[in-house]
Amino acid sequence: MRRSMLFIPGNTPNLLMNADVLGADSIILDLEDAVSPAEKDAARILVRSALRSLGYKGCEVIVRINPIETDFWKKDLDEVIPLRPGMIMPTKVSCADDVRTVSDYIAQVEERCGMEKNTVRLIPLIETAMGVENAFAIASADPRVAAIFLGGEDLTADLRCKRTKEGNEIFYARCRMVNAARAAGVDVYDTPFTDVDDIDGLYKDAAFAKSLGFTGKASISPRHVAGINEVFSPTQADIDYAHEVMETIRMAKAQGKGVVSLRGKMIDAPIVTRARQVIEMEKAIFGGTEDDE
Amino acid sequence: MSKLVSSIKEAITQMGLRDGMTISFHHHLRNGDFVLNMVMDAIAEMGIRDLTVNASSIFDVHEPLIGHIQNGVVTGLECNYMGGKVGRAICEGLMEKPVIFRTHGGRPSDMEKGTSHIDVAFIAAPTADPMGNCTGKYGKSACGSMGYAFADAMNADKVVVITDNLVPYPLVDYSISEIYVDAVVEVEQIGNPAGIVSGTTKITRDPVGLKMADYAARVIDASGLLKDGFSFQTGAGGATLAAAKYIKDIMLQKNIKGSYGMGGITAYMVDMLQAGCFEALLDVQCFDLDAVESIRTNPKHMEVTATHYAGVSGKSAGVDNLDVVLLGATQVDVDFNVNVHTDSNGYIMGGSGGHSDTAAGAKLAIIIAPLTRARLPLVVDHCLCTSTPGSTIDVVVTQRGIAVNTKYGKNQELKEKLLAARLPVCEIEDLKRMAEELAGVPKATAPQGRVVAQVLYRDGTLLDTIKAVK
Repeated sequence: MRRSMLFIPGNTPNLLMNADVLGADSIILDLEDAVSPAEKDAARILVRSALRSLGYKGCEVIVRINPIETDFWKKDLDEVIPLRPGMIMPTKVSCADDVRTVSDYIAQVEERCGMEKNTVRLIPLIETAMGVENAFAIASADPRVAAIFLGGEDLTADLRCKRTKEGNEIFYARCRMVNAARAAGVDVYDTPFTDVDDIDGLYKDAAFAKSLGFTGKASISPRHVAGINEVFSPTQADIDYAHEVMETIRMAKAQGKGVVSLRGKMIDAPIVTRARQVIEMEKAIFGGTEDDE
Repeated sequence: MSKLVSSIKEAITQMGLRDGMTISFHHHLRNGDFVLNMVMDAIAEMGIRDLTVNASSIFDVHEPLIGHIQNGVVTGLECNYMGGKVGRAICEGLMEKPVIFRTHGGRPSDMEKGTSHIDVAFIAAPTADPMGNCTGKYGKSACGSMGYAFADAMNADKVVVITDNLVPYPLVDYSISEIYVDAVVEVEQIGNPAGIVSGTTKITRDPVGLKMADYAARVIDASGLLKDGFSFQTGAGGATLAAAKYIKDIMLQKNIKGSYGMGGITAYMVDMLQAGCFEALLDVQCFDLDAVESIRTNPKHMEVTATHYAGVSGKSAGVDNLDVVLLGATQVDVDFNVNVHTDSNGYIMGGSGGHSDTAAGAKLAIIIAPLTRARLPLVVDHCLCTSTPGSTIDVVVTQRGIAVNTKYGKNQELKEKLLAARLPVCEIEDLKRMAEELAGVPKATAPQGRVVAQVLYRDGTLLDTIKAVK
């Protein structure tokens, strides 16, 4: 399940130790912007040790590495790939080649370590104007790509405009990202809402992202996780309707009916697909497995 | 008639203080207190020796006590809580006689039962009149409630009130009556206001603390106790305050009208009173300026004595009707015994305060603590000191799991309720294992020196001893 994706600075031991209890579906152990150049080595060691000893059961682990223009990204991958994080987040990805460069190096590390190939997936962070224009190429560049992620802060710097709470300046990028991701068959995450104390604003921003088609939303604050999860979870009405749809379909099949309707509306394939997705999410959220905390 | 005397030394002389006696102090001025040190310095200068000091709490500001102990002025120490500075010296063998630790309820009750005798009580009073009527609600050193000082005033042979705000007789809204007071001394300053109460007490922003607070609030909600008539106590720690805020949100959302909030009172409890979550606050001690302002102005915010709060000598006490208390811990063992006296190396850095009193009284006593601190597991096989018996603890809440205490033939139903509420219920041994997986198994550190402190339970029986570290 991918609703919330929480950034954890790679140089904060107490947060690293507790990253998996903060309610996020995915955690991003950050080696990039949260870590100053002088602390890159220390953070890399800390993240490596955290991956080795903490397990992080019940949430997807993503490591955000440094951009490929820097000296750090290969070292980042050398250290973390052997510990099999779920995903790697390359940063400032502007074209398909950037993705393939990272993917190829991951393959080298996998081979060097005797790991099965292509186990580690990618979630490219798109945060430049060029990246947005190339979103579909990036999303479909490599089989490792499982999702793409819009970074609004760097993007607005590149666009030479001000980042606002309303987000009109990233509206085009949001739409383009969603379309590209869906066309490529991968998930898509929205940029974080950066006013940590504005919980109402967070709800609004998340609801808007959901309405555009985003899979989920990233967060820089643990205090935003619950709100994001709530917004990106199906409502009880959604769940009830999904069950009704599936029950109607089941009954129609039993009666040998071809076309069925519910509440005067024909149930077609997209409605069934949507109902299945809702029921899957319901199971993931309330399924009663040990991992649902 | 006036009971005013010219100086602390004059009062000491008039009260007939001599070698071998026991004197007492309260701790409402907390780490801003000047009075204990002023009185002890005067006593030392007068050449009186071999005294026992019974102070409801010793803070770091009382570090000069160490010198008085080294010089033989003080040879006995009794308290309910001791800060790390004096605590460390005690654990390094400062004093021959073991320190006696009581609880906030046990101390006044022992005085009332006569098992703890006070010769002279020195009562710091933020406002007093010349006959000794006094209160903490007014004055430049206002501390709000003076709950812990009542037993001293009522039971000591001689009582000296020391104030920095002398007002004309009669002080109208007094807390402690003149009928108990022998002498009044006016001094320039009884304390440093910045150390007496915090400007504000703040809810934690630490995400782990908030997670624990969220779990604690959900435990309380799921327990079935959160309904009309609810009574509640919480400490002033960041995570417990956050839990109180979550409880308030639930109460307002479900329109639950509680009965009373109790304990050391913070702005958050005042806020709950004002929001209609409680009918009253029972306040034995104020922690911040909002609480002081509230006790001064809101008749529903009541000052209660330590006996009324938590004692065992009265016919009943506030703790007896408490539904839920949220408490902290430095260590919890697999039998749910709780240590709040020592750190993990065995050095004294705290004390029961009202911990074991409220745990014994409350229907639901919840420990809220992080699974590890500074790479040390919270849950251990045996606490270095048992401050509160495991039989009185019901639930341990950590960020990674919630252990329900079913070891003493209780709480099975509670456990089922928490499971039904989809809370991460586990066994206490699971918490220990999880902590050790994260932090490793710590090297055992059990101090082996002579006994430096005795921990008395609220009924006066010996609960545990603390040994010298060096």
